[in-house]
Amino acid sequence: MGVITYKEASCLALAEEMRRDPTVWALGEDVADGGVFGQYVGLRDEFGPQRIVSTPISEATIMGAAVGAAMVGTRPVVELRFADFALCAMDEMVNQAAKARYMFGGQTRVPVVIRQPVGMWRSSAAQHSQSLEAWYVHMPGFVVLAPSTPADNRGLLKSAIRCDDPVIFMEHKDSWDLEGEVPDASEETVPIGRARVARSGNDLTVVTWSGAVQVAQEAADAATEKGVSIEIVDLRSLWPWDKEAVFASVEKTRRLVVLHEAVKVCGFGAEVAATVSETLGDRLVAPVSRLGAPRIPIPYAPPLEDLCRVRVADVMNTVEEMGI
Amino acid sequence: MSTPSSSVSGAPKISAQRVRALFATMSRIRAFEEAAERAAREGLITGAAHLSIGQEAVAAGICGNLRLTDLITSTHRGHGHTIAKGASAEAMMRELFGRAGGTSDGKGGSMHIADFSVGMLGANGIVAAGIPIAAGAAQAKRLLGEDAVVACFFGDGAVNRGPFLEGLNWARIYDLPVLFVCEDNRYAARTRSGDMTGGSGPVARAESLGVPAHPIDGNDVMAVDGLAGHLVEVMRAGGGPQFIHAKTYRQRGHTVADPGTWRPADEIANFLEHDPMTIARQFLIDSGVAPAELDAIALEAQQEMADAYDIAAAAPWPEDSLAVTDVQDIGGPAWG
Repeated sequence: MGVITYKEASCLALAEEMRRDPTVWALGEDVADGGVFGQYVGLRDEFGPQRIVSTPISEATIMGAAVGAAMVGTRPVVELRFADFALCAMDEMVNQAAKARYMFGGQTRVPVVIRQPVGMWRSSAAQHSQSLEAWYVHMPGFVVLAPSTPADNRGLLKSAIRCDDPVIFMEHKDSWDLEGEVPDASEETVPIGRARVARSGNDLTVVTWSGAVQVAQEAADAATEKGVSIEIVDLRSLWPWDKEAVFASVEKTRRLVVLHEAVKVCGFGAEVAATVSETLGDRLVAPVSRLGAPRIPIPYAPPLEDLCRVRVADVMNTVEEMGI
Repeated sequence: MSTPSSSVSGAPKISAQRVRALFATMSRIRAFEEAAERAAREGLITGAAHLSIGQEAVAAGICGNLRLTDLITSTHRGHGHTIAKGASAEAMMRELFGRAGGTSDGKGGSMHIADFSVGMLGANGIVAAGIPIAAGAAQAKRLLGEDAVVACFFGDGAVNRGPFLEGLNWARIYDLPVLFVCEDNRYAARTRSGDMTGGSGPVARAESLGVPAHPIDGNDVMAVDGLAGHLVEVMRAGGGPQFIHAKTYRQRGHTVADPGTWRPADEIANFLEHDPMTIARQFLIDSGVAPAELDAIALEAQQEMADAYDIAAAAPWPEDSLAVTDVQDIGGPAWG
């Protein structure tokens, strides 16, 4: 397959799964015209309007219809356009999709993929920039995925479509044009619940995911110049999350920084930090540190937006504070 | 837009035999609800239960026109729809009691009563939530190449929620075979829905979205059956969605804990006189059916529900292990 973009990878994954399984279909605003970011380009031509379904701006019914469709034997892939818009479908996600199997005593499954692009991107401001992954991890019933590379976007989207659970699938808007190698075999998937060691190192573990992986990579480059070796664990899957991979890395480095783009307060980083502290507290040589956004709505002006981002300098300051 | 009179004008006169079957279904619903009411008073139903006493003709008249492979979605007041679609009353009673062998293993209770084996896709604790689900189920059945009509029950309160507008519009633009049934019992919880609904009401709203809408006396099972039969036929022929505004009355309060006596006494009295059981019974007697035969049908229903009550009351609680099953395949359940 060679090198393709993160966006092309998701399009490829959906096309491959739709060829494999005639019950897979996609619905959302503008998807028949390629999708808001071009992540559905060409799919309507191949699969027709019954399987690539453009919809009204009706998030609640996009999601609710997908729940009904999933319960009676199809595998809908829901496109919610921006993660912020998903909030218009919160009942359908949380009270319906995540609960139907349980509250109906296992009589049904809701195999739906809920795509909601996340993150800060080009001055998108307060209602088009959020990273709300922690909300969904909190909710029993959901699988939550946040790939950072083209290969993972393809492999995890395929796994998500094959999964019988409702899957929250968060692609980062700033990563659409990111290029990377993907495997040739169309049958190759990325297993849900496994982290990826994005970079090996010995002095400090950075656990991160989604767009923040890029920040971690740049910080690791900068740290190398100062003689500090950072190991990056890209979780990819936030629920379930790969505790074993994180524990193994922290056992080695004995220092942990959790880095994410979402608001730091009650972010998923808090769960990772608490779990590592509870489990490996006596192995740590420095307290766990968390890096995330301030608890403010995301502003429009580029310099203000930048203040919400965790920067390489922030990571380097933390490295220093940890006494490396 | 067709009206009830025009839509059923060519329909054959309903047979006494058919009404007898509908009367039997209604009797079973009435008896089930009365047993549930008794059980709630005796503390055997620990959660909320919303009774459909007085609304039996809507459930029986609609579901009597559906096949086993057709689907329904329902509301928090969903016992009647579930019985009419063919679920086991005993399994339902166990569910209300939170006991082993309930339709959902005792994990859902009254508000989440469901029986997927008979096409009952679930009652719902969220008003109007079944509307998009019904639309999506119809869309999926079409994608799968299966012929199925979906009846979507909701109350008068649901017309003021967003999914009502979204879901009807959705069914219209994709021409889905969804029979929207607005079961108007006049009250949204404890508030008169008329006071909370702008414009001319449910029919006008449905018509504004291009969905043909038909007002009907929801306490007259013969009328409901005739209209539903006609509309289901139209939908099976590819006619897209239809809407029924079935005017009925909730003889009890919002939940079993609410006696409902805060409503005007004359209103209650009027509707008790216009009881759907009485109307069906009178039709049958006028058609030559012996009253004793109808009494026997009612008695049989009461006996069935009394048995269901006794079995449910004697049934064990669900195994503790069931609390953590059917959460999710990957990543569940967990305490962290």
